[in-house]
Amino acid sequence: MGALYKKEFKAYFNSMIGWVVIAFLLFVAGIFVNAVNLNGKYPGFEVSLGSMGIVLMFVVPILTMRSLAEERATKTDQLLFSLPMSVTQMVLAKYFAMLTVFAIPIGVMALYPLFLLLYGSVNLITAYSALFGYFLLGASLIAIGLFVSSLTESIVISAVVTFGAILLCNLMSGLANMVPRTSIASFIAFTVVIFVIGYLIYSMTKNYWLAFFCGCVAEAVLLGIYIFNRSVLAGSFSNVMKWLSLFDRMNTFIYSRMFDITSVIYYISVASLFVFFTTQSVDRRRWN
Amino acid sequence: MIQVRNLTKKYGQNTVVKGLTFTIEKGRIYGFLGPNGAGKTTTLNMLTGCLAPTESEIIINGHDIFEEPEEAKRAIGYLPEQPPLYLDMTPYEYLCFVAEAKGVERGEIDDAVRKVMEETHIIDMGGRLIRNLSKGYRQRVGIAQAMLGNPDLIILDEPTVGLDPKQIIEIRDLISKLGENHTVLLSSHILAEVSAICDYVMIISKGRLVAADTLENIRRSQVKENSVSITVRAPQAKVEELLDKIDGIVKFDMTAVPGVDEVWDVVIDVDEGIDIRERLFTEFASAGLPLRKLSSAEPSLEEVFLKLTSEDEAAGEHERDMAFEEDADTETDKTAEAPAYANYEEEGGDEEGEDDYYVPMFSKTDSDENDDEEGDDE
Repeated sequence: MGALYKKEFKAYFNSMIGWVVIAFLLFVAGIFVNAVNLNGKYPGFEVSLGSMGIVLMFVVPILTMRSLAEERATKTDQLLFSLPMSVTQMVLAKYFAMLTVFAIPIGVMALYPLFLLLYGSVNLITAYSALFGYFLLGASLIAIGLFVSSLTESIVISAVVTFGAILLCNLMSGLANMVPRTSIASFIAFTVVIFVIGYLIYSMTKNYWLAFFCGCVAEAVLLGIYIFNRSVLAGSFSNVMKWLSLFDRMNTFIYSRMFDITSVIYYISVASLFVFFTTQSVDRRRWN
Repeated sequence: MIQVRNLTKKYGQNTVVKGLTFTIEKGRIYGFLGPNGAGKTTTLNMLTGCLAPTESEIIINGHDIFEEPEEAKRAIGYLPEQPPLYLDMTPYEYLCFVAEAKGVERGEIDDAVRKVMEETHIIDMGGRLIRNLSKGYRQRVGIAQAMLGNPDLIILDEPTVGLDPKQIIEIRDLISKLGENHTVLLSSHILAEVSAICDYVMIISKGRLVAADTLENIRRSQVKENSVSITVRAPQAKVEELLDKIDGIVKFDMTAVPGVDEVWDVVIDVDEGIDIRERLFTEFASAGLPLRKLSSAEPSLEEVFLKLTSEDEAAGEHERDMAFEEDADTETDKTAEAPAYANYEEEGGDEEGEDDYYVPMFSKTDSDENDDEEGDDE
């Protein structure tokens, strides 16, 4: 695993990708810090970070697009499979290599509050808690990108779909506000979600009855709630969307200036879940 | 050292590898031979853990590849059909990565890498990007990769495809040399290659093992009738008259050698167990007719190969029909047809493509298999 991690990490700097990602993040961070903290004379470093969420939409797809898609396209995955290394180790090595590349500009940005300290007082605790939140947001988006990359052989498709997925994450809370808040609307929306999850279960397990059974149970529970306690459903779908929104959680770190343990756990869970999905998706290809 | 029992791979309804069972012993060079789409690559991918078999037991040096994959894989070096190279690395970096991943001790990596680079003659290329290397050199880097970690068994999937004749000879020499210290399993559809390098040959056809023995034994087992071929300068009538006098001749075919008057190539089929070569010489010599060539025509490996693989196609067809009959409840229509074309197959030759016509259901199957191994043709 160590060997693959090192190789992957080096590969980002043998090609342009690592340099581009680092340069772009630092360039944008520089602009915001300059505008908000230096010219705007505002002491909160976290506010500059708040504007940088959207940059991840461009950086993460570039970082993750080739991770697994290229291995598959060039058939180098056969080498990795034949090496004494498990699929989990292989996926983790790749994930940690990407995290390390992403951590480099974060590490450089960690110096910014210290520079600001030369010119006045800066609340270092909120600055670093926000930076940590930003890193976790990136880490969970990278896991999503890694998963997308495991689904395709095409680097371009991998990048575009990752971009779309992150865009959707970013728009999630906006969309949540547009969703009608009546209980029947929530009921329909949840039904659709149950169908989608049922289909996913089917496509993963190839077990029609299991998927059907899970779907029926979930739908029965939903129907029960709708019949007996309709008011609970009102607005619930949009609340769930908001709760799930990766980008919204970043705002607790930045604007509420809170170190939110729930969000930390949520980010780590999303990252672990998608890394797990990735191992499943890679492993499944050996069976098909 | 490798025991494979009942190795089977299905893609949906389509069985690509059907119950292969074989054992690989230490210290030999094995040839794994079969036409395109026979399931060679699939089998090798399963042996090396790149692909999961539908059903089987693969035991490598006492370790089951699914229960103890890491120990099992340590005993194997694999060069897939397309060498798995990272183009933006140099061969030296690449080999160091593979060595480390195979668990070579940190202090010994450099030595191990230099050693395989010397053995594969790529030491001068160590600093160039793999992207800039020719196909032959890439193939060598691939072989060097398989040799790292000193595995007991080296599996090479069509290592000479797409190389020029000089490179092919070099790679073959390299493989022969590998055979001195390692067990080698080499897949190929090129017979000359296998007959030049391998001690032991496994022939598969349509996912089934049709022969596994030394080359000589396979060839001998397939020799049914004796035949002798001669080239003689004589009038046609005279040749026929002389041949008619000799006992034991079943039949003979005469073809005129183009461009020369009255020179004939004759292929003579003889009863089993009779050697007429000396008799032929004396007969023609005493008649004052010069024999230009006289040789016993043993079946070439090509003929043996074609015979074995096409025999199996017919057998395969038959078995598929049986399968249909078992599933009679779902495939009633097909069952009704089945015996008819099964008979046809057995009687009437076995050129490829016939299945496409007679069993539309399998036409997709066959072309899929061919697609998988399209590179073979190059």
